[in-house]
Amino acid sequence: MGEMETAPKPGRDVPPKKDKLQTKRKKPRRYWEEETVPTTDGASPGPPCNKKNRELRPQRPKNAHILKKSRISKQPQVPKKPQEWKNPESQRSLSGAQDPFPGPAPVPVEVVQKFCRIDKSRKLPRSKAKTRSRLEVAEAEEEETSIKAARSELLLAEEPGFLEGEDGEDTAKICQADIVEAVDIASAAKHFDLNLRQFGPYRLNYSRTGRHLAFGGRRGHVAALDWVTKKLMCEINVMEAVRDIRFLHSEALLAVAQNRWLHIYDNQGIELHCIRRCDRVTRLEFLPFHFLLATASETGFLTYLDVSVGKIVAALNVRAGRLDVMSQNPYNAVIHLGHSNGTVSLWSPAMKEPLAKILCHRGGVRAVAVDSTGTYMATSGLDHQLKIFDLRGTYQPLSTRTLPHGAGHLAFSQRGLLVAGMGDVVNIWAGQGKASPPSLEQPYLTHRLSGPVHGLQFCPFEDVLGVGHSGGVTSMLVPGAGEPNFDGLESNPYRSRKQRQEWEVKALLEKVPAELICLDPRALAEVDVISLEQGKKERIERLGYDPEAKAPFQPKPKQKGRSSTASLVKRKRKVMDEEHRDKVRQSLQQQQQQQQQKEAKAKSTGARPSALDRFVR
Amino acid sequence: MKVKMLSRNPDNYVRETKLDLQRVPRNYDPTLHPFEVPREYVRALNATKLERVFTKPFLASLDGHRDGVNCLAKHPKNLATILSGACDGEVRIWNLTQRNCIRTIQAHEGFVRGICTRFCGTSFFTVGDDKTVKQWKMDGPGYGEEEEPLHTILGKTVYTGIDHHWKEAVFATCGQQVDIWDEQRTNPICSMTWGFDSISSVKFNPVETFLLGSCASDRNIVLYDMRTNTICWNPMEAFIFTAANEDYNLYTFDMRALDTPVMVHMDHVSAVLDVDYSPTGKEFVSASFDKSIRIFPVDKSRSREVYHTKRMQHVICVKWTSDSKYIMCGSDEMNIRLWKANASEKLGVLTSREKAAKDYNQKLKEKFQHYPHIKRIARHRHLPKSIYSQIQEQRIMKEARRRKEVNRIKHSKPGSVPIVSEKKKHIVAVVK
Repeated sequence: MGEMETAPKPGRDVPPKKDKLQTKRKKPRRYWEEETVPTTDGASPGPPCNKKNRELRPQRPKNAHILKKSRISKQPQVPKKPQEWKNPESQRSLSGAQDPFPGPAPVPVEVVQKFCRIDKSRKLPRSKAKTRSRLEVAEAEEEETSIKAARSELLLAEEPGFLEGEDGEDTAKICQADIVEAVDIASAAKHFDLNLRQFGPYRLNYSRTGRHLAFGGRRGHVAALDWVTKKLMCEINVMEAVRDIRFLHSEALLAVAQNRWLHIYDNQGIELHCIRRCDRVTRLEFLPFHFLLATASETGFLTYLDVSVGKIVAALNVRAGRLDVMSQNPYNAVIHLGHSNGTVSLWSPAMKEPLAKILCHRGGVRAVAVDSTGTYMATSGLDHQLKIFDLRGTYQPLSTRTLPHGAGHLAFSQRGLLVAGMGDVVNIWAGQGKASPPSLEQPYLTHRLSGPVHGLQFCPFEDVLGVGHSGGVTSMLVPGAGEPNFDGLESNPYRSRKQRQEWEVKALLEKVPAELICLDPRALAEVDVISLEQGKKERIERLGYDPEAKAPFQPKPKQKGRSSTASLVKRKRKVMDEEHRDKVRQSLQQQQQQQQQKEAKAKSTGARPSALDRFVR
Repeated sequence: MKVKMLSRNPDNYVRETKLDLQRVPRNYDPTLHPFEVPREYVRALNATKLERVFTKPFLASLDGHRDGVNCLAKHPKNLATILSGACDGEVRIWNLTQRNCIRTIQAHEGFVRGICTRFCGTSFFTVGDDKTVKQWKMDGPGYGEEEEPLHTILGKTVYTGIDHHWKEAVFATCGQQVDIWDEQRTNPICSMTWGFDSISSVKFNPVETFLLGSCASDRNIVLYDMRTNTICWNPMEAFIFTAANEDYNLYTFDMRALDTPVMVHMDHVSAVLDVDYSPTGKEFVSASFDKSIRIFPVDKSRSREVYHTKRMQHVICVKWTSDSKYIMCGSDEMNIRLWKANASEKLGVLTSREKAAKDYNQKLKEKFQHYPHIKRIARHRHLPKSIYSQIQEQRIMKEARRRKEVNRIKHSKPGSVPIVSEKKKHIVAVVK
């Protein structure tokens, strides 16, 4: 058989005693060396697991070009046919050993897809050979990087949490006490209840690393703490109603929307700024990559404050009355505002008008939340309905559910869990995976609190949900909510002071300008076709001719005797006719398409055929 | 009930001792890195701005000549040594690392017209206005010896340029004719003439070593199997050479198809006097009468960089050093200047992090180079007033010429006025 084999494992494959003498006489054999004497039991102890491995791997092709193309194994689970190993001798290395894992390690397609930034289905545009080759090189590079990134998934250390009921048990019936009992001590310590009945309903906010928690009560109580170690950073009373509270880019700065004005405190509770231009603020949102603090006010203004330079970038008059429903889309930094007429409007500081308006509910909108991939938006309204919308261009509701009391607060977790606060009850729904919308059929978890909910947020990078209510602040355990593997350069919960300072400088250096906020954050990478065409037109006008125009066909003279003037003219005419026919064909096709579109429109407008339709031309 | 909570052990994420490096776990998931394109764009913008901020190309000025520097030569074996010949017949040998003059020789009476080193680096040749070709030892004379040339050849006419064969003991001079010399003989092996004009420069091809190019004052470029101010051969693609022309342009030719230049390089506003390729063959530097030197990519018609100083006068000769990092230029006001080839490059040893950051920034700049804001910053150069106004003036002239052309096409029978491309416009004729 002449196969490679591994060293026999002592436990499983003990050689019989007869062999002992033989092995003593023999030179000690390494596992990569070829077997010279067949063992007594005949079967080479090549472990079965090895064989299986070999079958799962694509064989290294002899041709390097093929290897480059088939870097992604389309179906890693499909075993290869045994014919492929017909000639094992050719694969041997100098020592005679065989590579047990030939070829590059296989990468599953779905993982590569996650990192892929280009649309492979689109064909490359028709262009000059040089441009085309450059595009092809760029595409190949892109593929290479996505494969490398997919391969590095193997290095991720943590697995996400989960909660499963045993055969048919409803996970919604599992209460917090059970979970706390079942999990380890470190996780159990993450569940706590702050009993702060005195200072009324609380709003709360986690810092971007998920390490710090700030909360503010209606009656002026503001506190910030490192909630993991339970170390209090500051606790003050601002002697004024607190409407909302938000961490700025790091845990050192805290924006508090008070009754009159917006105030900014540091982590010791010292007031740094009082921003009088933002008055009667009801809701706050911080856009971390743009260093913008978006404030929605009672007066109906949406104001963007650049916290790195302290300037107001834009103050937009929404013209929809009092604003008290706001959330940001973390994918493209667009602000979603909910209005009392049932619409949700999308805003960017670059535009005076909303980017889009979506009619969501029959009554007013009570709460809006957008998930971290920017794909789904959850809204709840006064009509007691909870809806999930698709934000990828269509803005259509994907699923709807009527709740007995309607949800007053909504939030998405990093892995796509949706939480709704209804009175003093909190419901959590989960989806199938990270990129799928939460299914509203069956709640994943529920919890009753000691007072009506006033603020909700999932803690980033932890399986924890923070709930602010009239009885204080509760930290709930929600297995499977947080992203298990953080990126140390982006937001690191375990960063030291030095690391934080370095990160702060870097983040400030690459502050994205506010003008770049738009619905598609990748739009900047697209070719600006309009100005390109404009430039081309201007160039043609300036030069007086089109330098890129195709030269008219000039027939090449053929062999002696076959290249009469008549035949040259004939050939020329042939090509010209062919081009003309092409043009006619194209224009005919266009006309047909237009006709079809017209008909389709005419059909779609009238749902029921009207008697007057006979007059339509 | 089966439950698992996310529970991290802080020991896996925090360094053990203060002497360790901080641990930075990475996760390349795109959802954790939002705003990829805008952030990269901002980074590219910053990198471009920093590049402009750190642009300090001028390194040193080597002074000592008592008259304008007329020619330069590199030592073939030693990166730190260069030779220069001045208009008063003086030849100096310089050490670039110490930035001082090692040796001074009064080689000729009148101009030193050309200077070149032997391929082995032991000796060099000079030609001067006194109709002589002299060979000198690279090392100085011993104690008590006099400074004397190894050989002196007395010619009949003035020689204007010299170049040595890259592998054999043969050199070529030019003047009224091109002469090929054996080092051991005092008479040329052969003389070649083409027309009656004086030939200003002669260069051997570094790869096809028996090919010789020369340029004459009547706009001819002549290739001998063995015109313009000067030419330079591409060291990587032997069939490509670039010619510096009096009409302010440089022309890159493919030797196999001389009827159209591969590229017309135009940015200078006065006659281009010298050109030299970088050892990589991707770029070349040109010296001009407009008191500036420019760096052109081979495949671009516009320069990527322009160097000038207040004191630098008409630049007569220029050389790109063999390690591809520096540029030397000799000019009318007696100085040799040393420049960085890459203006914003940091000199000295880079740490691996610095290097990684530099590479990353370079890639970003490349990726976003066509964005208008970034392009504007990257292209911005401060120019002396003379050059700036010259550029404006020439732009107006060119525009007028173009307008006239367009009008002529517009008002004549279609097809009767041919549209000649910019490349073809400059070629007078190819003489076989």
